[in-house]
Amino acid sequence: MSKHIPLILKLIALGGLLAFPMADSPFYTELVAKTVLFGIFAMSLDLLVGFTGLVSLGHAAYFGIAAYTVALMTPKYEAASFWTTFPSAIGISAAAALVVGIFVLRTKGIYFIMVTLAFAQMVFYLFHDTALGGGSDGIYLNLKPDTTLFGGKPFDLDNPFHLYYLIIATLVVVYLFLKLLLRSPFGKVLVGIKSNEHRMKSMGYRTFGYKLAAFSIAGGLAGAAGYLYAVLFGFVTPELMSWHQSGNVLLMVILGGMGNLVGALLGALAFVAMQEVFSTWTKHWQLVMGSVIVLSVLFLPGGLSAVPRRLKAALTGGGEK
Amino acid sequence: MSDTMNNDVLLVAEKLTKRFGGLAANQDVNLSLERGKLHALLGPNGAGKSTCINMLSGDLPPTEGRILYLGQDISRTSAAQRSQLGIGRSYQRTNIFPKFSVFENVRLAAQSRNQRAWKIFADAMNDKTAVDKAMAAIEEAGLTSRAQRIAGTLSHGEQRQLEIAMVLATDAQVLLLDEPLAGMGSDESHQMVELLLKLRPSRAILLVEHDMDAVFAVANTITVMVNGQVLESGSPEQIRASTQVQQAYLGHEEMLHV
Ligand SMILES: Nc1ncnc2c1ncn2[C@@H]1O[C@H](COP(=O)(O)OP(=O)(O)OP(=O)(O)O)[C@@H](O)[C@H]1O
Ligand SMILES: [Mg+2]
Repeated sequence: MSKHIPLILKLIALGGLLAFPMADSPFYTELVAKTVLFGIFAMSLDLLVGFTGLVSLGHAAYFGIAAYTVALMTPKYEAASFWTTFPSAIGISAAAALVVGIFVLRTKGIYFIMVTLAFAQMVFYLFHDTALGGGSDGIYLNLKPDTTLFGGKPFDLDNPFHLYYLIIATLVVVYLFLKLLLRSPFGKVLVGIKSNEHRMKSMGYRTFGYKLAAFSIAGGLAGAAGYLYAVLFGFVTPELMSWHQSGNVLLMVILGGMGNLVGALLGALAFVAMQEVFSTWTKHWQLVMGSVIVLSVLFLPGGLSAVPRRLKAALTGGGEK
Repeated sequence: MSDTMNNDVLLVAEKLTKRFGGLAANQDVNLSLERGKLHALLGPNGAGKSTCINMLSGDLPPTEGRILYLGQDISRTSAAQRSQLGIGRSYQRTNIFPKFSVFENVRLAAQSRNQRAWKIFADAMNDKTAVDKAMAAIEEAGLTSRAQRIAGTLSHGEQRQLEIAMVLATDAQVLLLDEPLAGMGSDESHQMVELLLKLRPSRAILLVEHDMDAVFAVANTITVMVNGQVLESGSPEQIRASTQVQQAYLGHEEMLHV
């Protein structure tokens, strides 16, 4: 029975998400949608950081590239097709990650962190300082993508509920995709690389190819989140791919507990919640939030996802430590 | 040259040299590993035995010299490529996946033989070939009762057994074993000697080992290294009788007390 508790909790959480729009609060519905998008973004980064051992500090680049893809593919007075822009955005961010990966994956440790950051900054300035993407002001997405397919419209992105449920569906698909991936021979290799890459090589694994594939997949999934973010808010700016954003998503992963998909979701939830709450308390909310994060890293190793396990250990005889 | 034409000669080292700055850790080392034979590599601490294995396995590039596998020069290939060719190794300092179960350590080793299909949605546990191969290797190494334990919690000797199971699971034809018996109890040591004898007919084995009883029980050929150079190479009887070897081990007589 207790084996099923995690599954039951996940289904309850999903039920809550599905029921949320009933509360009839557009502001909070949008906030939940944003949180879910950050959750998808954080899960995609966790594939690298928590499962493959690749600490990327430039993951926002792929989120942003996808957001810009839909903005740039949308003509000024006309809606673009959802069915072409969504796969394109994912494909282009995955391809960008593939190209960047070829370079950055030749480095390790602190150099990897710096080089992923440097590439993301290059992408940031490409959009910030050139006319390509409307400069520092970004671009408005005047019309949300059109979902017409074979003459019919299965859903309508101008309807906030439909958009909300599309975001929840994407969350479920990305979560299940990563679950399957991590259970597969490919996923086992990634986790092996994180644990002991040298040994993986000496057992015959050409680890570079696996890491590159993971880097590209993570970029594509970040792209799915970035695309929906652009559609949800209707505009894109270079800030989407700034290093703050890369840092924030890394904090979400750490806060939630690296190497745990649900943890990444909890990390995103905690992050957005703190942002909302602290910013109503004080102008210096970032200072407060920074302190909370430092404290949680110090006193909550393993992140939020480790809380149940630690509670259980504390309750069932604290003796066994 | 005629040596390398022999099909039973799997791996040949020609004048292998490795310099670390001014130190010649290996100098003009020649070795040949034949299927069906166990070649022991002896020498005092710091003689260069592990350096030699590191060059053969691809962990270290040689400064000079060549490595031939079935007559082909593989000196510049990566460790992963050599593993795929059939050259497997174990490490002197235990090198495992400490947080994985024993089974997962060995299963990963077995899975490395079938990478063509990068199956992304298949369950790794459904790969019967890899799972069966892993279980067989675990059994050969005598770890069946420990299969579900977390590798990092095993005793030192059991971790050494795990190292062996991992090499076996890769189907390696050439085994480069760096002090596999170090830290094993006498029971496990005994079992490992039995295993080496069982593996010997079908593989080529290079064994670095300080346990002389074990070495003389299993070796067909012995090479003795001192200060990075080969001092003497020959049959166990020749090595035992060599005055040069005895001199080299002066002060280490306990190693040759057999
Ligand atoms: N990566 C390295 N960099 C510099 N020097 C090294 C390196 N690896 C080994 N050496 C040196 O090379 C020499 C040979 O070392 P090696 O480990 O091959 O000896 P060994 O015969 O395996 O000794 P032991 O019996 O103690 O394992 C030693 O002097 C060692 O300090
Ligand atoms: Mg050594």
